[in-house]
Amino acid sequence: MRFLFKTHYNQDIDHLKHGGDRFWYGLLLVLAAAAPAALGTFYLGELNLVMIYAIAGVGLMLLVGYTGQVSLGHAAFLAIGAYTHSLLLGVGLPFLLSIVAAVLVSALVGAGVGWIALRMTGIYLAIATLAFAMLTEQTISRAEWLTGGFRGLAVPQASLFGMPLTQGWQHYYVTLTLLVVTLLAALNILRSSTGRAMVAIRDSEISAESVGINLAVYKTLAFALSAGITGLAGALFAHRLGYLSPDAFTFLISLQLLLMVVVGGVGSMRGVIYGALFIGFLPQLLAIARDTLPPQIAQAPGLEPGIFGLILVLVILFEPQGIFGRWLKIKSYFQLFPLYRRATHRRQKTYLRTERLR
Amino acid sequence: MSYLAVEDLSISFGGIRAVDHVSFDVDEGEVFAIIGPNGAGKTTLFNLVSGIYSPDGGSVRFAGRDITSLPAHRIAPLGLARTFQNIELFEHATVLQNLLIGRHVHRRSTALSHLLFLPAVRREELEHRRRVEDVIDLLELAHYREQRIANLPYGVRKVVEVGRALCLEPKLLLLDEPTSGLNPEESEDMGFWIEDINRDLGVTVVMVAHDMGLVSRVAGRVLALNEGRVIAEGSPADVQKTPAVVDAYLGAD
Repeated sequence: MRFLFKTHYNQDIDHLKHGGDRFWYGLLLVLAAAAPAALGTFYLGELNLVMIYAIAGVGLMLLVGYTGQVSLGHAAFLAIGAYTHSLLLGVGLPFLLSIVAAVLVSALVGAGVGWIALRMTGIYLAIATLAFAMLTEQTISRAEWLTGGFRGLAVPQASLFGMPLTQGWQHYYVTLTLLVVTLLAALNILRSSTGRAMVAIRDSEISAESVGINLAVYKTLAFALSAGITGLAGALFAHRLGYLSPDAFTFLISLQLLLMVVVGGVGSMRGVIYGALFIGFLPQLLAIARDTLPPQIAQAPGLEPGIFGLILVLVILFEPQGIFGRWLKIKSYFQLFPLYRRATHRRQKTYLRTERLR
Repeated sequence: MSYLAVEDLSISFGGIRAVDHVSFDVDEGEVFAIIGPNGAGKTTLFNLVSGIYSPDGGSVRFAGRDITSLPAHRIAPLGLARTFQNIELFEHATVLQNLLIGRHVHRRSTALSHLLFLPAVRREELEHRRRVEDVIDLLELAHYREQRIANLPYGVRKVVEVGRALCLEPKLLLLDEPTSGLNPEESEDMGFWIEDINRDLGVTVVMVAHDMGLVSRVAGRVLALNEGRVIAEGSPADVQKTPAVVDAYLGAD
């Protein structure tokens, strides 16, 4: 077990708390940077997709895991990011500027949705965001003059610093860089008063208000941040797809994003990465499972959403902290060996709380 | 001009007048207690003063400013902090994070600078930490600093909530039943802390209490409520002897 002897408040503020952290995260970064040399085109592409999911997951985690606002409509922000980016690339904007614009447009739309949904919580908020996603999908398919509707929209070739992005490894490095930047930005938010205000809203709105947190401002801000980051993922996703059409951003994608956050572990940024890996490789697992099932079941419509929903329910019931929570338990089992007891991580009883004022 | 002036305050829920034309004044620097049997409207009165409810009639003035119609998040920065009877802490955060959230009104940087965590933000964070550590020292919470609220016993949670309110550096502190559910030893500690907060930090305290021992020890003046109306006001000893108060608690025949 590691005991930290802290001598400065900075040690609490820094992202990497001790030598062990610096070593392991450094190693992970080196491995991630070396991956293109070791992996084939297919697996590199899959890893790229996992990282795109992870970026979107960081956005959704800020909203769901840290602000406590559920969204079943994040595919819409993914779509808005993707279409904005493609359209702007199409009119000749440079790659980086176009990505920034995609982030800003998504954030702006997110702020609008957040502001409209201010009075809603829980299941009502989930349904409202779901409705918003459907609205977005419909709008994209009807606005043929802009988006091409179901005929689709070809994503223009991007180039960075005069170098055309054609190879898988180029996209991989762009995504990796943006993932690291996004993670750092999200963690920065979380270690400052903005992030703490979000956590406060998640845990008790009434006392958040009474310590001076403006609920409307911070909920809207959380939505904007979340949507902006998801829009960034959308822009990268556009290059991965190559050809945009409304049916690439269905409810299934929203569900997958939420599943990633919940399975990875609500309220932890590491959980996002675990969740993204899970989501990234789930389709392969499903494909294998399909081969072993009788055709009546394997070909049944709605099998995938059904399985996603089932996993969501099972995780919430049996491991509410997801893969990250399971990892913490395994870690403390070895740290405390042989003294670990199951009760160590039992959920504690909540004392009576003030009557809800809504 | 008194520090906190509540005048003619009323609110009804359905047909029930929870607070019925209540007026009282609190002077700067005193400890003022509000007592009354269950359902007398004490907590509702607190919710009205701290801006969580808006009243049907009457006014609340704090430090010469009308705060009757201000929302809660705009009252807190004026220097008015509160605790809750049934503890409303941020359960999934640590004690340290809870206290840091209490520093929210003292933030100076914007969300954009937080995204980049500029050097100014780090300096501000260090400053918040220093202030929070003062509160941790005062309330002897060092042992629990890194623990999540969900894992703490009830008595400690009560203290953490007072600590969070102190992190706002308030001028006026509203304590809603600070000793309810505490054992005699914890209650006595809480009494000492309230005295310290009042004397050493110069914070005006208004508290709702059931524990007459505590009230007699720390409070200078007492207001007694029953069924939303004021039934007595004065020194703890006088109020306890008022027939209307005895009736309210024990029932008149």
